[in-house]
Amino acid sequence: MSFLSKTSVDGAPRIGVLAVQGAFIEHEQRLSALGAHCVELRQARDCAQPLDGLILPGGESTVQGKLIRELGMYEQLRRCIDNDVPVLGTCAGMILLAQHLVGDEQTHLASMPITVERNAYGRQLDSFHTTAVFDSCGTVPMTFIRAPKVVSVADDVRILARVDDTIVGAQYRNQIALSFHPELDNDMTIHRSFFEMVQQIHATKVMA
Amino acid sequence: MGKEQRVDLNRQLAQMLKGGVIMDVTNAEQARIAQDAGACAVMALERIPADIRAAGGVSRMSDPALIKEIQKTVSIPVMAKCRIGHFAEAQILQSLSIDYIDESEVLSPADDVYHIDKTTFDVPFVCGARNLGEALRRISEGAAMIRTKGEPGTGDVVQAVSHMRSVNEEIARIAALRSDELFEAAKQLEVPYDLLRSVHDSGRLPVVNFAAGGIATPADASLMMQLGAEGVFVGSGIFKSGDPARRAQAIVKATTNYDDPEMLASLSENLGEAMVGINEQEISILMAERGK
Repeated sequence: MSFLSKTSVDGAPRIGVLAVQGAFIEHEQRLSALGAHCVELRQARDCAQPLDGLILPGGESTVQGKLIRELGMYEQLRRCIDNDVPVLGTCAGMILLAQHLVGDEQTHLASMPITVERNAYGRQLDSFHTTAVFDSCGTVPMTFIRAPKVVSVADDVRILARVDDTIVGAQYRNQIALSFHPELDNDMTIHRSFFEMVQQIHATKVMA
Repeated sequence: MGKEQRVDLNRQLAQMLKGGVIMDVTNAEQARIAQDAGACAVMALERIPADIRAAGGVSRMSDPALIKEIQKTVSIPVMAKCRIGHFAEAQILQSLSIDYIDESEVLSPADDVYHIDKTTFDVPFVCGARNLGEALRRISEGAAMIRTKGEPGTGDVVQAVSHMRSVNEEIARIAALRSDELFEAAKQLEVPYDLLRSVHDSGRLPVVNFAAGGIATPADASLMMQLGAEGVFVGSGIFKSGDPARRAQAIVKATTNYDDPEMLASLSENLGEAMVGINEQEISILMAERGK
């Protein structure tokens, strides 16, 4: 069975948004505005439908990591990522994707060869907003809430953004992981660029 | 950093808590149980509301040593309560780098007129509200998150339901008004015009709104989520029950899958004894009456 849908309800690419906890509605609003068909993933049966893209939103990674296992979603999400379905993980989502976590044996989807440190900037008083260059997209706003840092990446991981020499955005195959929250700013650059990637792959599959 | 940016960041932290359960804990061991069960944050306090009721007397901010120990134990955000109007307690909590302060009617009010001017703080505040007027007054004072007051320490969900319905009914009424009617509505509700205008335009509060006060079962969590809560606080309901870890996990999953009755049925099986609870008519102190 292909994990990429040929058609969704309205012919638009179907993006699964992990909706077990966190700021998932903010992603849905932005992607829907761009023309995506978003579906919320809250339990195993939601993950059974074919998906063209996957969002792992901000929230509490310990809660999300626990719930994707206990609600029977882990295998299906992991298969989806292994099949190169485009994934965008923001903040907690980055932690779910990381193969290594500093000071933590427990990893989650562990599909991306990066090492991430949780709450690396400190507590809420250390949360901040800034702007920085994102890949080839120019300067974008970036909001960091109790954010993680990427402390190291494998050779085949592409660095998408840095703030003060720290890696805050990275891509491995079709997986994009960000320390910050593009879903909290009005700028649509990152969602647009992710959605273009989803559309391109979706179009190739429909042609095939 | 600009003041406005801090306000945004603090409201945004609350957005990250959405769909989650915030649990009252009184020591590091309970904090660990709560985190392992899937709490998205813990509220550190010396006594849970049911015991505050039982003990009577004056109830105050927790011992900083207890808060620090809990901060060391868990990686999720840690919140703590200060008394209504007690800005010195809030200053102390801020100095501990607490992630959120709850200016709470559960503790004995320190000021029977004024709430804390929360705009002078960098850490975020959550406050209780029974209706739209209270919610918008707290937001204008700087609250970055709102919760229903409910009736804490009772295990009786009736007040939380009534407060959530009241806020949402009033939001729907405001959203349906003509623009020129908003000035009079702001006067009647005793709230700033600009905030009421934002509710009118967006059809929602400008901050996240959780349910709190009397939630004791997975079904209670589902009820509150279906009524429009964006997440839930569970106070006495967990550590006053027969099997806290199991009940805590069930409430977390019920909050995520609040609209799936079959899953809720299986989550509700064999949870052991729920907190006994007392109903609203049986109690002498209505905490929700504190701080209008």
